[in-house]
Amino acid sequence: MSAEAIRIAVRRPARRLFVHQLRSEQLVFWRSREAAFFIFLFPLVLFVLVGSLYSGNKYQGVPVKWAILAGFIGYGCANTTFAGLAIQLVLRRESGVLKRLRSTPLPPATYVAALLASTLIVFGLQAIALFLVGRALYGTPFPPDVGSLVAVLVIGAAAFAALGTATASMIRSAEGSSAVVNFILLPMAFLSGGFGPTKSYPAVLRAIGDVLPLKYLVKLVYAVYLHGHGFWTQPGALAVLGAWGVAGLVFTIFRFQWEPRAR
Amino acid sequence: MLAIEVSGLRKAYGNLEAVRGVDFSIDEGEVFGLLGPNGAGKTTTVEILEGYRKRDAGEVRVLGSDPERPAADFRERIGVVLQQSELWPNLTVRETHATFAGYYRAPRDVDEVIALVGLREKANARVKSLSGGQKRRLHLGIALVGDPDLVFLDEPTTGFDPAARRAAWEMIRSLRSLGKTILLTTHYLDEAEQLADRVAVMREGRIVRVGTPRELTTADLQTEIRYRQDGEEVLVRTDEPTRVLAELTSAAVARGEELEGLQVRRPSLEEVYLALTAEEEEEVEA
Repeated sequence: MSAEAIRIAVRRPARRLFVHQLRSEQLVFWRSREAAFFIFLFPLVLFVLVGSLYSGNKYQGVPVKWAILAGFIGYGCANTTFAGLAIQLVLRRESGVLKRLRSTPLPPATYVAALLASTLIVFGLQAIALFLVGRALYGTPFPPDVGSLVAVLVIGAAAFAALGTATASMIRSAEGSSAVVNFILLPMAFLSGGFGPTKSYPAVLRAIGDVLPLKYLVKLVYAVYLHGHGFWTQPGALAVLGAWGVAGLVFTIFRFQWEPRAR
Repeated sequence: MLAIEVSGLRKAYGNLEAVRGVDFSIDEGEVFGLLGPNGAGKTTTVEILEGYRKRDAGEVRVLGSDPERPAADFRERIGVVLQQSELWPNLTVRETHATFAGYYRAPRDVDEVIALVGLREKANARVKSLSGGQKRRLHLGIALVGDPDLVFLDEPTTGFDPAARRAAWEMIRSLRSLGKTILLTTHYLDEAEQLADRVAVMREGRIVRVGTPRELTTADLQTEIRYRQDGEEVLVRTDEPTRVLAELTSAAVARGEELEGLQVRRPSLEEVYLALTAEEEEEVEA
């Protein structure tokens, strides 16, 4: 066998395994009513509710509902890739699924890649649904520069997924995981403009928001969606988001566990 | 050929020495039982062999590999039933089997495996709707779906009702007939006696006895002869039951008496096991 043929023979099963695991992750996700509701549907429901509260005003020169939609894109990203991923990982670790998978030929890297890709698919569908709902109910436009928006959301999803795996590594038992994760996520979304612009918030709350990663994702979505700028026009926001992502990744590498921690 | 070879195996968790120098080997096609009370070190030993834990000392070979640095096909060739683990509650039995089958290069037919573990009627049922016994069978099914050469069963019937245990035993016997090597841990003596070709009794991180169930029951305890004489129970323990019994009966015949309630019995594995466990208490008292 030539070197090339060997490489293909080795690579092909890896790709086959990835696709196989991605399909089973999708099946597992959509079959779980709790996951499908709290991760996929909940941000859509909140968007409809919050969107109906504001009317008429302008924000940064565009209708405020555009900004609310942009905020919910950011919140949806954090909810799916950070909170959803963290809760699912803790549940799987504590129930022993991760441990059981370790004794199969499925490589850990393939498992993680498929889980992340599956999470990204869920968020992608959620973002599309948010734009469709916004258009139908509130007349919000579709994004002017889809490429830049996708880039921003993939970077944001990567950073929040890293923070999600890091948070999963910190949580010791399945019972409290949902509470802990939402205790982090909901205030962060509120302070970061995830539920609508923060310009009328007290200075203290806005200062807290200034250190949170979601603020910078929302800022990027504002730039790309509200103003049609390219994603590279906000290097500061990209840097903060990236730093949070790297911190989450480093923490994950040192602390992630495959086996149940609660005994 | 040896499927598993272990020598001088040691493992400590902090100050707790879970495994303190264990040696044994398992032939290909053999059903080997690791028997012992909770905390004896059975699961730690098995999880080292499965590749989950690193050992502190000793030599381990499983299917020719060191589980800490396994050959590429090591995980293709083992099947694992963990003591406690759940699966995806919302997938069906067939979907769960198909998911695991996809991890292996040459899996067995999914429906065939489902039938083998007796879940044909439940093939389209969600995992969360299964009873405890059915879930254990599901775990057995996904351990077999990759067509492994070596199967680890960690307490496969703990928490089963008697009927479910009998069914599980039948299944494990059918695995043996497929030529699989099986390492089974259990704290049920009758389970080891029923299923294992050889049994190792573990206590406090050591193997205190290895042998066939028959060897253990004959080597360790003397045969008991009981009868009643003058209304009192007499118990004779002996290593030479034939001679002692002949003497007793011929003496009784000579006296023209009947040995009332005459019984000759070999100790059960349970009694051997209890005796092995009791030794420790005596040592402590001494």
